[in-house]
Amino acid sequence: MKKDSRVRIGVYVCHCGGNISEVVDVEEVREFAGLQQDVVLSKDNTHMCSDIGQQLIINDIEEHKLDKVVVAACSPQFQGETFMDALEKAGLSPYVVQMANIREQCAWPHYDNPELATGKAKILLRAAIAKVRFSEPLEKQTMPIGKRVLVIGGGIAGIQASLDLGDAGFEVYLVEKEPSIGGHMAQLSRTFPTEDCSACILSPKMADVPSNKNINLLTYTEINNIEGYIGNFKVNAIKKPRYVDMDKCVACGDCEEVCPVCIPDEFEEGLTTHPAIYTPFDFAVPHRNLIDAEACINLQSNLNACGNCIQACKEDAINFEDEPEEIEFLVDTIIVATGFDIFDPSEKKVYGYDKFENVLTALEMERIIVKAAEGNPIRDLGKRIGFIQCVGSRDEQVGREYCSRVCCMYATKLASLLKHSDSKRDIYIFYTDLRAFGKGFEEYYKRAQNMGVKFVRGRVAEVFGNSNNKKVTLKVEDTLTRQIIESEFDTVVLSVGLGLSKSTDKIAELLRLAKSEDGFLKEAHPKFKPVDTNVAGVFLAGTVQGPKDIPDTVAQAGAASSRAIRLMNQGEYPIEPIVAFVHEEQCDGCELCIESCPLDAISVSAEVAEINEALCLGCGSCIASCPRDALDLHLYTNKQLLEEIKNALEGKKEGESRVLVFADDTCTYRLADSVGTAKLSYTTDSIIIRVPSGSRITPKLMLTAFELGADGIFIGDCEDRTSPFPHSGQVIRENVAKVREILEEEGIKPERLKFVQFVTIMLKGFVNNMNELVDFTKKTGPIPQKKRGKLVKGINKKLFGEVYDKKT
Amino acid sequence: MIKKLKISNKNQEFLAKVEELSGEIITKCDQCGICSGSCPMVPEMDITPSQMMRMVQLGESEVMESKAMWLCASCFACTVRCPRGLDLSRVAEALRQMKLRKAIDHIDIKKLPEDEMERLPQIALISGMRKFTG
Repeated sequence: MKKDSRVRIGVYVCHCGGNISEVVDVEEVREFAGLQQDVVLSKDNTHMCSDIGQQLIINDIEEHKLDKVVVAACSPQFQGETFMDALEKAGLSPYVVQMANIREQCAWPHYDNPELATGKAKILLRAAIAKVRFSEPLEKQTMPIGKRVLVIGGGIAGIQASLDLGDAGFEVYLVEKEPSIGGHMAQLSRTFPTEDCSACILSPKMADVPSNKNINLLTYTEINNIEGYIGNFKVNAIKKPRYVDMDKCVACGDCEEVCPVCIPDEFEEGLTTHPAIYTPFDFAVPHRNLIDAEACINLQSNLNACGNCIQACKEDAINFEDEPEEIEFLVDTIIVATGFDIFDPSEKKVYGYDKFENVLTALEMERIIVKAAEGNPIRDLGKRIGFIQCVGSRDEQVGREYCSRVCCMYATKLASLLKHSDSKRDIYIFYTDLRAFGKGFEEYYKRAQNMGVKFVRGRVAEVFGNSNNKKVTLKVEDTLTRQIIESEFDTVVLSVGLGLSKSTDKIAELLRLAKSEDGFLKEAHPKFKPVDTNVAGVFLAGTVQGPKDIPDTVAQAGAASSRAIRLMNQGEYPIEPIVAFVHEEQCDGCELCIESCPLDAISVSAEVAEINEALCLGCGSCIASCPRDALDLHLYTNKQLLEEIKNALEGKKEGESRVLVFADDTCTYRLADSVGTAKLSYTTDSIIIRVPSGSRITPKLMLTAFELGADGIFIGDCEDRTSPFPHSGQVIRENVAKVREILEEEGIKPERLKFVQFVTIMLKGFVNNMNELVDFTKKTGPIPQKKRGKLVKGINKKLFGEVYDKKT
Repeated sequence: MIKKLKISNKNQEFLAKVEELSGEIITKCDQCGICSGSCPMVPEMDITPSQMMRMVQLGESEVMESKAMWLCASCFACTVRCPRGLDLSRVAEALRQMKLRKAIDHIDIKKLPEDEMERLPQIALISGMRKFTG
């Protein structure tokens, strides 16, 4: 207490050019502030945010030795940073300024009642002064960060991101599970709508990867484990044995000629075969042979059964003793570019993919076209070719409701190429909706129509075979003429959709990445953080985030590398000081808090809990889990909130009811500001208190507020899907349920505690909810003092029960 | 002659009635036509199942005069394939119910030729009475 008495607070009340002063009696509020404990001076100004206003604060800090500042003005969301900067300029911590929001949350919504507005402004100001008295002079914090990046996946997204980062001077580890980089793009014939040869435009980029001195290329390598956090990810990867020495092999092909084994060629979608010792494809990077261990006679029988390749290899590159190699390295950021798998058409049995040889996937058709163009046709496609669209897209029956975005255009491209190589071909595309939304797409669609490709609007119902001529029959309604088409085709192409690649699941689990409803990985914000994730320092590139074409993938890879560079370039990155901390003397190492953190930011060592500040997001939901009040949150400490609550409730007149609104910073507080800006009027009997998340308000704080005189408590938070803390909704629901139970036991109506999840556009919803609660408390009357007094007594036992007994 | 379709409040009322009775959100149908391609009864129908859905979407009460809804055998071929998860047999049943509730018989058993009466299985008679009522 001795230290507190030395606090010197300066209070500034802003007129906001009339916005505030036309409603609130600024003079009266300023005088009121001057009477508060520890307030050394109180001034008012027409525009506190102007240079003059800021300079006023800076000068006073020096002249009057102020160490805390309160500005009663607009929303801290609006000008908070201005005043933080001013304090920093004056040599104080930017975190010892508190704003009382008397514009958006007082003058504007209560413009119709100046007297009550002035009264409320005083309460808001008093609460702000009370809170700032206990504010900690935190420093702006940064964390050191290096320049090492892990890129997972060597498709076009991973290649582009690696090249961008490597060119910018960052150290890249590009990990690809297959023996070559290139991904699906390497398999494509041409790219829509320009019809560039896919291999021709991709292969120079692939070749740039190993020649870039900043890129460590790790092919045929799988991620085994990732631990840690931004600036300190520990990666463990397993390099699979190739059985061919990469340094010696020259990919001459001598070994391939003598290998007696024949296995389906994965790159060719199983349409052709290759020996057990092979190169992945013509322009593979690295272009070296490797042995398929499961197919090789020697490796399977464990005898010197064959060994033809050993004899054929002039470079002595074959090594049957090769073993998996464990690689460990540290990186600072991670880009996940693990791409897509095509939909498995065997799931859609009515299309007969497993039954009929001439029913193909579009990816198989890509390879057939490439092979034919190279002069090695794999098969005769016949004259009449039908494309079935939306196979594994836009179909609830297979659990995929989304549009795969590329199928309309790739089918148009394949049809055009087929028509181009043989104009006598009769080609039909059976579609539901034709989506040609990209640059040059509509024109490309028109070109295909011009060439005579027929687009038929109808989703194919079934495909059946004809035993006599090996053709297949499609049955479909032409929905534009309402006729049922039942006709024979020589070849049917299934335009299969895109889904998250299977190998991504493990990565997502290791990194704790969230998934969207469509099963792809979820971005941090659908509009403004499209390549960030819910995990700091982890970014998404390409189809792992959702189906997209090559230009979009390349753009996103560039965005992901730029976002990663933004964090790493300065050697340190700023972190919010709003993180949890431990009052060590109160902690008994009971470990109850560990599970409360979904980010695993809490650990216990030597009987004391420890917070990993790099992982902590600052929601405060762990605090409720501690029976000994040992956990706390910077900038919103227990002491600060308690003081704020106490002062927000003080001076209540007989019969008056007062409701506290705990508004989360991301949604509800902004919503309350918007309500004020829209001049929607609401009750003056509610006092809004800003918190990082509704889950910061512990059951104990709620009950304390009731004890101190609150007649109702209203907690507002984001909806789960838009919240920066997706778990907070659940935590609040649990806390609210506990408190309601206790209220009921004490004969207090549980309806006095209300929790609503908002999106920031629900202006009227916010007003109505708040008014309803105030009306309810007025109708029910104030809580009798006798009942209030019993709420907090024995609270730990009520909340933690046996656990508390055992632990204390 | 090309028919002119006038959309009025009555059309919306009709749609709302069918949606209420069937429990299906008929506006969800995106007219892909997989139902029609799958329907074993479609060769006998005057309008295709997807057309039936379209007419209900736009509130064309003429759909009540169609044969299609009576021919629906509730085999669910459309339902198991509908990419929007709609149950068309429920929609057909709703349309039939709207007719049936008017309780007008179309089959007069007394007028059926005797030889036909002898050959007809009882169950056919029962379903005939049910289906051709309204």
